[in-house]
Amino acid sequence: MKSIEELKKIREETLKNINLRKEDNEHAVRVVVGMATCGIAAGARPVLAACLEEVQKRNLPDVAVTQTGCIGVCRLEPIVEVFAPGEEKVTYVKMTPEKARRVIAEHVVNKQVVTEYTIGAAE
Amino acid sequence: MKELSLHILDIAMNSVKAGASLVEIGLEEAGGTLTLTVADNGRGMEPEFLASVADPFTTTRTTRKVGMGIPLLKLAAEQAGGAFSIESAPGEGTALTASFQTGHLDNPPLGDMAATLVSLIQGSPGIDFTYTHTAGGGVSSLDTRELRAALDGVPLDTPDVLAWIQNSIEEEERGLSQ
Repeated sequence: MKSIEELKKIREETLKNINLRKEDNEHAVRVVVGMATCGIAAGARPVLAACLEEVQKRNLPDVAVTQTGCIGVCRLEPIVEVFAPGEEKVTYVKMTPEKARRVIAEHVVNKQVVTEYTIGAAE
Repeated sequence: MKELSLHILDIAMNSVKAGASLVEIGLEEAGGTLTLTVADNGRGMEPEFLASVADPFTTTRTTRKVGMGIPLLKLAAEQAGGAFSIESAPGEGTALTASFQTGHLDNPPLGDMAATLVSLIQGSPGIDFTYTHTAGGGVSSLDTRELRAALDGVPLDTPDVLAWIQNSIEEEERGLSQ
């Protein structure tokens, strides 16, 4: 490994800016990406990467991005589900990295569901 | 699946679901053949399940009776003039090998191994992964046990750590292809 030293620096920085662990926070919004065979084949990996990047870039400590298996509607993959406290789950289908960035900005940050990408609009 | 790295992501998820604490991914390029190995210390498979594991109508899922991951990898290898094999025993884990003829017209590109490793580690930060890719005398590698030791309590799915992994693997993979 080239730069374990860099990792140690990251460790110190992380400990300095320690946030509440997202999973323990009941106010956390969960963004769940379907990462089974169907999701991966349809392009879920760059969608996951876009969600992670957007959450990091916007510094959203109350947002947890997680992965799950097959959600059950493989033909609509990649699928992203958003669980916000006190709201019904919203299922976004046929996602792309661009759509995922918009969902983070409009739904997760500004609380406006992006209706045109939801499973209701697709079906 | 357009890239071998996507198959690897999908197949390594099987190891995660099998309760493995260590998943070892190997890629070896030599003499026109690329050999992929994925080995885990998960719960392993009974001989009857193993015998039919490359059949798409064999799966551990309970919601429906189709599992495409292993059949798709097997098909990709065979279409590229390669071979597929899998060994497993209950309690002893599973080891899978798929080979590809790199000069074959239908050989899939490797794709973004950094993104695959980051996705795996982000999804299962409590599991250890090793990755060793050898080609033309060079090596690209990762061992989360070493990272874990250096991070000393800071989780592997910390965004800055994931970014470090992505950059580090990208750099090493670039070094291999030169």
